[in-house]
Amino acid sequence: MLMAGSRCLPIQAGLDRNDDVLRRLGQGAVTVWLAATLAFLALRVLPGDAIETQLVFSGAGAEVLAERRAVLGLDAPLQVQYTQFIGGLLVGELGYSLQDGQSVMLKISQQIVPTATLALSALVFAVFLGISLGIAVEIRVGWGVSWLARLVTDLALSTPIYWTGTLAIYLFTVWLGILPSAGAGTVNHLVLPVTVLGFHTAGAIARVTAANLREVLLASYVRTAYAKGLPGRAVLLRHILPSALPPVIAVIALQAGFLLSGTVITESLFVRPGIGRLLLDSVLRQDYPVVQGVVVFSAVVYVALSLAADVLYRLLDPRVTIA
Amino acid sequence: MWRSAFVLIIIIGLSLLSPLLTDYDPLKTNTDQLNQPPSGEHLLGTDLLGRDVLSRLLYGGQRSLWVTSLAALVAVLPGLCLGLLAGWFGGWVDRGIMTAVHTLLAFPALLLALICLTLFGRGPVPLALATGLAQMAGYVSVVRTTVIGARTQMYVEVAQSVGAADGWILMHHILPNVRETVLAFAGVVFSYSLLNSAALSFLGLGGEPGVPDWGVMLAESRMAFRVAPWVSIAPGLAITLTVMAVNRLADQVGRPPRT
Repeated sequence: MLMAGSRCLPIQAGLDRNDDVLRRLGQGAVTVWLAATLAFLALRVLPGDAIETQLVFSGAGAEVLAERRAVLGLDAPLQVQYTQFIGGLLVGELGYSLQDGQSVMLKISQQIVPTATLALSALVFAVFLGISLGIAVEIRVGWGVSWLARLVTDLALSTPIYWTGTLAIYLFTVWLGILPSAGAGTVNHLVLPVTVLGFHTAGAIARVTAANLREVLLASYVRTAYAKGLPGRAVLLRHILPSALPPVIAVIALQAGFLLSGTVITESLFVRPGIGRLLLDSVLRQDYPVVQGVVVFSAVVYVALSLAADVLYRLLDPRVTIA
Repeated sequence: MWRSAFVLIIIIGLSLLSPLLTDYDPLKTNTDQLNQPPSGEHLLGTDLLGRDVLSRLLYGGQRSLWVTSLAALVAVLPGLCLGLLAGWFGGWVDRGIMTAVHTLLAFPALLLALICLTLFGRGPVPLALATGLAQMAGYVSVVRTTVIGARTQMYVEVAQSVGAADGWILMHHILPNVRETVLAFAGVVFSYSLLNSAALSFLGLGGEPGVPDWGVMLAESRMAFRVAPWVSIAPGLAITLTVMAVNRLADQVGRPPRT
């Protein structure tokens, strides 16, 4: 039997635990297809197109624009373009950029490296910070510790990242001059963006950790464990955390999805390359294939992470067994 | 709880009463007084165009809070209806709605926002749509989960067994029992809407020329941060305080009373 207890997170709501993995994969494929279709349609509804955006200041005449469109297949009827796009998706082909003719797959894979480096480092930092903060808020070590942890959690959730980022840049780059604020490549370039992004991501993790702990702390088996004289640390490690942490996985997975799809604010702020910047630039240039490619990529990441979170949850939660 | 509500009322009151509280025009530039630090004349200093920061903060609050409230409505009203339907009826209704929800969640929020802003132009309503739509999917899931929890309760079965109609049960039994969660999460949606709409302004996508707004103030202040950090501190603190107060309020509303 599967139990989706009352403390099942809202975020996980869409994950029906009774489904087997195959069916979930099927649903995931539908999600990716729908997201891709939505992107395809939305891009065509927008006024103008890539050719116009590229050549608007060149003084090229209407026939030149039409010729370029014909070369790139943009004058084909919508259903032909759509069939080509979905057909390409099925064989793992995303097409070529209208801007520079580069393969979309290549463009995305080039941007994955900086995005994933930033996202995964920030996530690791956020998980440690978030879980520690959550524990510090709920487990009474001392009044001051809980109060401080709660304040830090609140700040992480309520300060705009572009503001803390700006403050951090001025403190560490402009005034102290110890860390670079722009660019990518070395470990030093990662310190500021990872800390800022990780700090804000930690807020959500801390909040959920604290909420779960609060409920587990009231459970009778925790009282029993204390009553039979187990030391506090043992109760925390053996009874409280194993029940309180598995639901946090869903939030971590969700945050990982956001981070991996490119955090355009962090990337703009610290002048880093990445998926978010690629998406923003491609939309502004109406580079359809690249935008569609990024949407497919984000959707696949989302589907894969929610599936992974579900499987992990089943493996880790002591009360949930795989049916 | 009362402290957070009090802070919120003060913030809303200050921005609504801004014409009474400041004599400065938030748009009037003054080249004699660029980047002046806070003083008796300009309580929060002036910005890189010599505009009074306090008046921009107060008037900017009107616009920011208005856009954010609209965005929260865009997410909450349809989200509530869809979540109730999905949670209550289950079956194909649920499957259909949840497929749409997953698609929206899988779709990059930035792209959704860009599409809204390109299609509908600039202004409070497009900006609210751009931020609100992206939050709707999450809201649907929360409502749905809560409704599913309430649906299996004994009093619902009793109501059904005496022949109450679906609509009656939804309005009189389900809604009152999911009220706290629904309200609390609406607060969270409001917070994210404020942060996200300001983020769009930061990227140069949300603001309108000539309309003061906290996000626009933050974006502009970066250019002159080194000489005039106070221009950035004021709107940053305003956003932080508002979001923190709303979050704490939501936390209190959503937490079941301790027994």
